Amino acid sequence: MTDSAACFDIDLEGGVLKMVAAGDWRARFLKQIDARLRDFSDDTLGRELIIDMSKVDRLDTAGAMVLQRTLLACGDRTEKSKIIGASEAHAALLEQVVDHLAPCHVQPLHPNAFKAMLDRLGRGVAEAYEAALELMSFVGETLATVWRVFTRPSHFRWTSTVHHMEEAGLNSIPIVGLMSFLIGAVVAFMGAKILRLFNADIFTVELVGISVLREFGVLLTAILIAGRSGSAFTAQIGSMKIREEIDAMRVLGLDPMEVLVLPRVFALVLMLPVIAFIADILGLVGGALVAAFAMDISLALFMSRFVETIVTNHFWAGLIKAPFFAFVIAVIGCFQGMEVEGSAESLGQRTTLSVVQALFLVIVIDAFFAMFYLEIDF
Amino acid sequence: MSTGNDNTEHIIEVRSLRTQFDGFIVHDNLDLDVCKREILGVVGGSGSGKSVLMRAIIGLKRPSAGTVCVFGQNFYDADEDERLSIERRWGVLFQGGALFSSLTVAQNIMAPIREHLGIEGDLAKDMAALKISMVGLPAEAGANYPAELSGGMRKRAGLARALALDPELVFLDEPTAGLDPIGAAKFDELIVNLKESLGLTVFMVTHDLDTLHAACDRVAVLAEKHVIACGSLDEVRRADHPWIQEYFAGPRGRAALAAKAV
Repeated sequence: MTDSAACFDIDLEGGVLKMVAAGDWRARFLKQIDARLRDFSDDTLGRELIIDMSKVDRLDTAGAMVLQRTLLACGDRTEKSKIIGASEAHAALLEQVVDHLAPCHVQPLHPNAFKAMLDRLGRGVAEAYEAALELMSFVGETLATVWRVFTRPSHFRWTSTVHHMEEAGLNSIPIVGLMSFLIGAVVAFMGAKILRLFNADIFTVELVGISVLREFGVLLTAILIAGRSGSAFTAQIGSMKIREEIDAMRVLGLDPMEVLVLPRVFALVLMLPVIAFIADILGLVGGALVAAFAMDISLALFMSRFVETIVTNHFWAGLIKAPFFAFVIAVIGCFQGMEVEGSAESLGQRTTLSVVQALFLVIVIDAFFAMFYLEIDF
Repeated sequence: MSTGNDNTEHIIEVRSLRTQFDGFIVHDNLDLDVCKREILGVVGGSGSGKSVLMRAIIGLKRPSAGTVCVFGQNFYDADEDERLSIERRWGVLFQGGALFSSLTVAQNIMAPIREHLGIEGDLAKDMAALKISMVGLPAEAGANYPAELSGGMRKRAGLARALALDPELVFLDEPTAGLDPIGAAKFDELIVNLKESLGLTVFMVTHDLDTLHAACDRVAVLAEKHVIACGSLDEVRRADHPWIQEYFAGPRGRAALAAKAV
């Protein structure tokens, strides 16, 4: 048995085309001859064709397919065209593939690109509108559930709420605290460098105090919690949805809103202000330490200046936002979890979406608060 | 222990295999042979390590002792090139089909053709079409994404991908699980047909008594961490082991036998 690659010769015997195939006609050797075979097929149209494969050493389904395809391409229906000289095993293979030569679709049909773009745009807008409606309906449902549980306090899930307070709140304090500490330090550094130019080093205290208390403390806490806990809510509820646990709950007469959503929302609304408060303190500590070690503002000076110039308004202006952020993060996390359908892929998409939407809305709400505070001069 | 007819060539030879997960021993001192051109059905209770055995043979779960030889070569001792050439000679159908979800069915089948043979374009498409048709999928299914297919179609598509390179050896992990009885019977028929026409050797993990009757030449029973019986269905059924008796003489076993008799 020779180990030569697939090849073929073409003879003309008394007006009949004869193709003599030889060598190893397995898939790996077909690449070299496929183009030539196709060219040959174009020439055979309407003519008689005999394929002699007595010199073919080895054959697999791909080789058999190519040979049958070539035979078929001549379009001769007189049955004079045929394959001769095939060994028993090869004949069986040829027989096996002959019914399976129809081409298949490889990709879904795409309409032209411009239409497809318009189509996607339209769908996107319609979906965004529907998603907004659904989100609002979910917020409404959550509030209705809050009211229902408020009138019947025995329905409130304390254990679950405390669990989520620990999971989503307490456990995130180290990372939030560290981040806030660093942000406070960075702000102090930046301020120090610029303010020194004007000989106004001491205003670093105001810079750190106001920016951390009003914005950074609470906003960065919300952002971190959205990434950490909002996404976890989506993943938890979403995987329960995939495993049909939510359906099972409904059938057993348990309200998923009451059992799953409310404890999470409550836990986050209670805990976010606490974490934001800790973030505020650590941010200030970070700023004060930088002021003390990198500049000539001693801790005592920092404290006295701080007490003198920073009014409690700034503190409250920041902290008031925390429960609103928490509500948005928790509700969106749960909402996206409930929207998960079927596959693990959808779970991934929804988790991403949950974080993106929560961050977006947190910042929008923050902007509204900023305008509101400006108007009421708070 | 009977290891089948010794005159024929063994495609798979497993000798004193031991696999374990963190101290939990799944197999101990397990021997098994698979002969050329046979369909071997591996049965056993849940958790008896059927799928783990398959994973040990196809190189996904390194045994802690013993040898696994496929095509006369120890996979775990082979170097990169040797492994690649072994992998080219077998095809695996995982339980859920394990199709790549970002590719269409046709692209899934073309993936090994492109990677291993470097064939692209029309020839690859023709080969994919051939395999799609051979496993009994309609031509339109080629353009579908796995998520759009039913469980039975997904298994067929998975089988088409396993057959993409014309393997000599095919591993099937519970091919009929989750299919309705009609679909399962058709799948059995398909496997037998393909084995006949392509000269395949098939290693099949299954629960399905009807599949054992309809498709398997030999049956290996896995229990107590090793193969407790191996041979033709009739031989195995006579073996004196409580699990085997319960399995074959239980109501489902009798029903499958009766169905075979008709």
